[in-house]
Amino acid sequence: MSAATEAPPEPAPAPVLEVRKPPVRKRLVPYWLLLPGILWLLVFFAAPLVYQASTSIQTGSLEEGFKVTWHFATYWDALGEYWPQFVRSVLFAAVATLLCLVLGYPLAYLIAFKAGRWRNVVMILVIAPFFTSFLIRTLAWKTILADSGPVVSALNSLHFLDVTSAIGLTEGTRVLATPLAVVCGLTYNFLPFMILPLYTCLERIDPRLHEAAGDLYAKPVTTFRKVTFPLSMPGVVAGTLLTFIPAAGDYINAELLGSTDQKMIGNVIQSQFLRVLDYPTAAALSFILMAAILAMVTLYIRKAGTEDLV
Amino acid sequence: MRWLRRNAVVIAGLLTLAYLILPNVIVMVFSFNKPNGRFNYEWQRFSTDAWSDPCGVADLCGSLGLSLQIAVWATIGATVLGTLIAFALARYRFRARSSVNTLIFLPMAMPEVVMAASLATLFLNMGIQFGFWTILIAHIMFCLSFVVTAVKARVMSMDPRLEQAAQDLYASPTQTFLKVTLPIAAPGIAAGALLSFALSFDDFIITNFNAGSTVTFPMFVWGSAQRGTPVQINVIGTAMFLIAVLCVLGGQLFTGRRKRS
Repeated sequence: MSAATEAPPEPAPAPVLEVRKPPVRKRLVPYWLLLPGILWLLVFFAAPLVYQASTSIQTGSLEEGFKVTWHFATYWDALGEYWPQFVRSVLFAAVATLLCLVLGYPLAYLIAFKAGRWRNVVMILVIAPFFTSFLIRTLAWKTILADSGPVVSALNSLHFLDVTSAIGLTEGTRVLATPLAVVCGLTYNFLPFMILPLYTCLERIDPRLHEAAGDLYAKPVTTFRKVTFPLSMPGVVAGTLLTFIPAAGDYINAELLGSTDQKMIGNVIQSQFLRVLDYPTAAALSFILMAAILAMVTLYIRKAGTEDLV
Repeated sequence: MRWLRRNAVVIAGLLTLAYLILPNVIVMVFSFNKPNGRFNYEWQRFSTDAWSDPCGVADLCGSLGLSLQIAVWATIGATVLGTLIAFALARYRFRARSSVNTLIFLPMAMPEVVMAASLATLFLNMGIQFGFWTILIAHIMFCLSFVVTAVKARVMSMDPRLEQAAQDLYASPTQTFLKVTLPIAAPGIAAGALLSFALSFDDFIITNFNAGSTVTFPMFVWGSAQRGTPVQINVIGTAMFLIAVLCVLGGQLFTGRRKRS
């Protein structure tokens, strides 16, 4: 009832469907709808980020407590000490995203254009792995890539591992505890996030466009390059973002499939926060990660020219 | 050779599918393993021991129950709050609209570890005890945006004339909402709810920071990766996979039959 008596502070925003100017009570409806959810996000998402910012410039110890001392040196120290992990995170995530695109595109294309009546079955097979906890599935890669397993011995007899160890992706005759294993795990874990947006985008393409290109004597490769791929760009952009962002912050694959030499920035934040209990450093590191990712994402969206996407 | 070239896309797609499915097959096969040591990474011999005693490991089924409980409450919370926001965004013009959109988008564009650490910092500073409630609060927070996105897309694509028609036929606003708007929005709401359930049930990173000593199922698996992986983990992973596939198939049969009749 207070809603009915209080006048809104500014000219009334009218509901889309109403023609006449609605009464005050109605004009407040959207705000009431928004209130609980937005409050939740403000308190448990936005406010913590502000807290985090203030924590990152605090000094002190666990026993004496932390105080804000505008100690920006934490950022420099953190960057100076952990830049290898930052570079590694971005590198691993970028390679995994590229692999996801290369592997995921044919499958999305298959579901959209070639699967016919098998479409639903293939779709279920893409989504189904989600239902087994991803930690269990990541652990399964330990079995698949085991030193004495068939995959590693096959790669060895093909001299594949000689090539990868020459460029530093693997070490000796094993795959586990090397960058290759971590990238392989990252690619596997985020592949569905690439396939689903690609599929929704490809599915909307009118098949008659393919026919038209064919009628104009375009070879299949040309059709793909000039028609299909450009039209699927929004899916490519959405998919690469959905893959790159979580992959860059991930620490599970590096922990389970890598060794101490493959630690990513997520591992550092996790151990600083939960084990070392150095909250300022953990806060500074996650701020740098957040800023780096937001900057890269904004730049990428500008470059890809799909700003209407978000 | 020609055949190979013509079907290159199909072959590449199927290879990717195999890459996606392989770990699930391994999890399933190894649920019948009888490992020698504490770790279930190498095949020894066939056994159904774990299947006949899925709760035989201490704390395993307790953590599973807790995860299910949290997932149910997080789904309810996120679906209700998210649907309200989605309706406001899809149906009304108001100030601060673009800021609201940004606030909804940001949690989805943020690495989980950043959200996890900052929320834990807040709880620490406020002196709030970590446990069931902090996990639930965190899960509702990160599921919310996904519900809003799913429901908003559905409500936006709905023909506004349907509601006008209902009102022309003397339906009250409540009746219009219950008989027209809600049924049309239902698939979007259901999709958002399903997504929330899956995200909450499987979440590890945010839970790891905000759980304190409470152990959810993913936390149990994480711990066991350090201490030794019981075969029962694979049993539960396989069972969940089979139940989910059966549900999806059943749902498809059901909707298929309804469409035909």
